[in-house]
Amino acid sequence: MSTLTSTQAWDILNRVPDPEIPVISVTELGIVRDVQAADNIVDVVVTPTYSGCPATEVIERSIREALTAAGATQVRVTTRLAPAWTTDWIEPAAQEKLRAYGIAPPVARGAGNAQPLTFMARVDCPRCGSADTERLSQFGATACKALYRCRSCREPFEYFKPL
Amino acid sequence: MSTITAANAAHLEYVLRIADTSLILGQRLSEWCGHGPVIEEDIALTNVALDLIGQARLLLTHVGRLEGKGRDEDRLAFLRTEPQYRNLTIVELPNVDFARTILRNFLVAAWQRELWQKLASSTDTELAAIAGKALKETRYHLQHAADWTVRLGDGTEESHARMQKALDYLWPYTAEFFSATAEDAAVEAAGVGPAWATLESTWEAVVRPVLEVATLAVPARMPFLSRGKQGQHTESMGHLLTEMQYLQRTYPGGTW
Repeated sequence: MSTLTSTQAWDILNRVPDPEIPVISVTELGIVRDVQAADNIVDVVVTPTYSGCPATEVIERSIREALTAAGATQVRVTTRLAPAWTTDWIEPAAQEKLRAYGIAPPVARGAGNAQPLTFMARVDCPRCGSADTERLSQFGATACKALYRCRSCREPFEYFKPL
Repeated sequence: MSTITAANAAHLEYVLRIADTSLILGQRLSEWCGHGPVIEEDIALTNVALDLIGQARLLLTHVGRLEGKGRDEDRLAFLRTEPQYRNLTIVELPNVDFARTILRNFLVAAWQRELWQKLASSTDTELAAIAGKALKETRYHLQHAADWTVRLGDGTEESHARMQKALDYLWPYTAEFFSATAEDAAVEAAGVGPAWATLESTWEAVVRPVLEVATLAVPARMPFLSRGKQGQHTESMGHLLTEMQYLQRTYPGGTW
């Protein structure tokens, strides 16, 4: 069997889906920060999303399985906490995939990272595009999403919270 | 083998206080799972609990490394006795009702936000990394609790009365957020983190305007001072630990 290159290892991870939002991959989510392959030993650096995200351990296992299936003899996954993960790392193409899946993508946080106490961004409905939406709950089915409702098309939807 | 000096004993104690505060509040909030007043709040409170337990896992793992005695997050979380916990007393108090739960979340999240902001530049780089991450989560916890504090405080007669009662009950426990301890000087001098007394004015500047909009009257400070962060707990703590530690005590070393 041939030797895995770092580029090939990245490509493999591009196809490992996020367990909670399977339309995007772990690389599109921006949590894979570094991949180094040498002699079929692959080192992967992952930055977790939320401290208590239950998907973190599943993601680590999926990464191991995918790389092992591609010929890696050893996969070392290390966690890097700083700099902390931000939704700004979600790739633009992935933001569109989120929208098509029915999840409003996060508004850009920008460099300032400012977030006042009563922070309320304009969130457009991912289904009909209307800006006439309201927040039902700050926390949705997972820590990373809030629950919204569109006043135009009356559909509820999830919003990926900027972090 | 590393020798525990007075300076790193203080460091260890300092991180443990922060870790246990997240852990015990996370445990308390998880009691709401399946009992929230509406499904959105059931989900919100358990999501906050999950963040807090996630923070506690990272912090307790770090405590275990600082201590150097081979204790991991699970041993620290589940196999200590009551006086060995160092959480702020306020987080161990029973939930009682949604008003008290929300108001406590508000008071604690405002304090945690000030603390994480300072710790993000700690000389302890692992602590700084955990704080930088926790800060982002705590902002949402604070926003959620502040929204509800205003809605309930400035709400119906019943919701206002419950919030005022919650504030009268909880406020005295917030003195512990800022009370001086023997470890403060060493920790501050080493650049590990601020003496908590220095957080008081910024905390009040966040908390008081929200309570005012919520039409709640802030009680005067009293000499009462709780000491959970020094290992002196209320009766509630033993009951909480009995439930939290049940599995590890009954089936030692059990994993799943």
